[in-house]
Amino acid sequence: MLSDVLRDLLDEGIGLLGEHLLLVVSAILIAAAIAIPLGIAVTSHPKTRALALGTANIGQTIPSLALFGFLIPIPFIGGIGQHTAIIALVIYALLPILRNTVTGILGVDPSVRDSAEAMGMTRGQALRMVELPLAAPTILAGLRIATVTTVGTATIAAAIGAGGLGVFIFRGIASVDKLQILAGALPAALLALAADAGLGWLERRLARW
Amino acid sequence: MEFRSVGFRIGERAILNNLNLTIEAGETLALLGRSGSGKTTALRLVNGMVLPSSGDVLVNGKPIREWDRVRLRRSIGYVIQEGGLFPHFTVERNIGLTPMLEGWTPDRIRNRVDELLERVSLPPADFAHRMPRQLSGGQRQRVGVARALAADPEILLFDEPFGALDPVTRLDLQREFLRLRAELRKTSVFVTHDVSEAMKLASRIALLDRGDLAFIGAPEEFRASKHPEARAFLDVLNAQ
Repeated sequence: MLSDVLRDLLDEGIGLLGEHLLLVVSAILIAAAIAIPLGIAVTSHPKTRALALGTANIGQTIPSLALFGFLIPIPFIGGIGQHTAIIALVIYALLPILRNTVTGILGVDPSVRDSAEAMGMTRGQALRMVELPLAAPTILAGLRIATVTTVGTATIAAAIGAGGLGVFIFRGIASVDKLQILAGALPAALLALAADAGLGWLERRLARW
Repeated sequence: MEFRSVGFRIGERAILNNLNLTIEAGETLALLGRSGSGKTTALRLVNGMVLPSSGDVLVNGKPIREWDRVRLRRSIGYVIQEGGLFPHFTVERNIGLTPMLEGWTPDRIRNRVDELLERVSLPPADFAHRMPRQLSGGQRQRVGVARALAADPEILLFDEPFGALDPVTRLDLQREFLRLRAELRKTSVFVTHDVSEAMKLASRIALLDRGDLAFIGAPEEFRASKHPEARAFLDVLNAQ
């Protein structure tokens, strides 16, 4: 009897885990594609840098459930479903990636930056060969923080019909079913830990000089 | 190399005033001065890291403003304190960087790196594949010098090259500097606040005092200078 319940949970869980992964991976990839180039671009302009970081900061202060709600009525980007959820998750993931990209590049030893310029590297060469490789561990740390929080936040996406492990959690809360809540929460926590460990390992590899 | 009435200021603050100076091919000039005397700025004007607020700096007869800055810098070797090595590159990649940017073949770069490591007394077999963090301060400085020499530049600039070294290593590298100077006969300019270093290593000394050229001449002439700032530095020398 109990094993039947578990088998049903497992069957459904694999599908939901897949949806969850899809939400997280797409949101992180899109956020990185926006925040890393933006971070590079604003690093050398203190004013735009403050503006970009400030805007990303505001994005993150909106309570997540409210943000999902706000997006629903907006034409084109809003509505019910996965794409709305991904947009909300991207908004949350922007700040840590943007901030760490800026911090990472600004953190490059000035004497090293000086050398690159004095040796006749063009701006692009200095960025590609020196600044980005040296900033990579910090940028990756930002990606790691963004990924771990996105795994958690993505559970709320179920509230607007985007699926994912949050489906179990919301259903469990509605029916006061601890097993259902755990079936959503536990894999989400394990996923977050795995992402943390994996990206942390990559980060240490990149910093080996 | 020539400074023609060069002024440099940041906002209202004057760093260099009306600097006139000619540096002859093959000579080793020391830019001597206290902190804030403008000596590092003067050095950085030569490879266009900063541009003069007034006047002109000429390299090979051509004003810096008219040079392609990237080209100019690749033809001038630059050594800074601690070497300024790229921490994520091996010694070999650090030294071979300018040749690589200049499109040399990998074989030619490797040969050049080995030759330069020999020249700065670091056996290539032992050092080529090390990372900068695996080197002592003196070794990093040697690699920095090898890197500056890589593309065989006519001009070498040194910004307090021996400043961060312990006295024993410092003496060692100063001797090396003199040996290389005799062997290579490059036009060299180095910045220092150490008067004995300037006396020992330079063929001429330019003394900067709050942005003004207080003295220029050979070390023997410097000893006889009556300028108060020169006297102040000579007092240091005599107190040693």
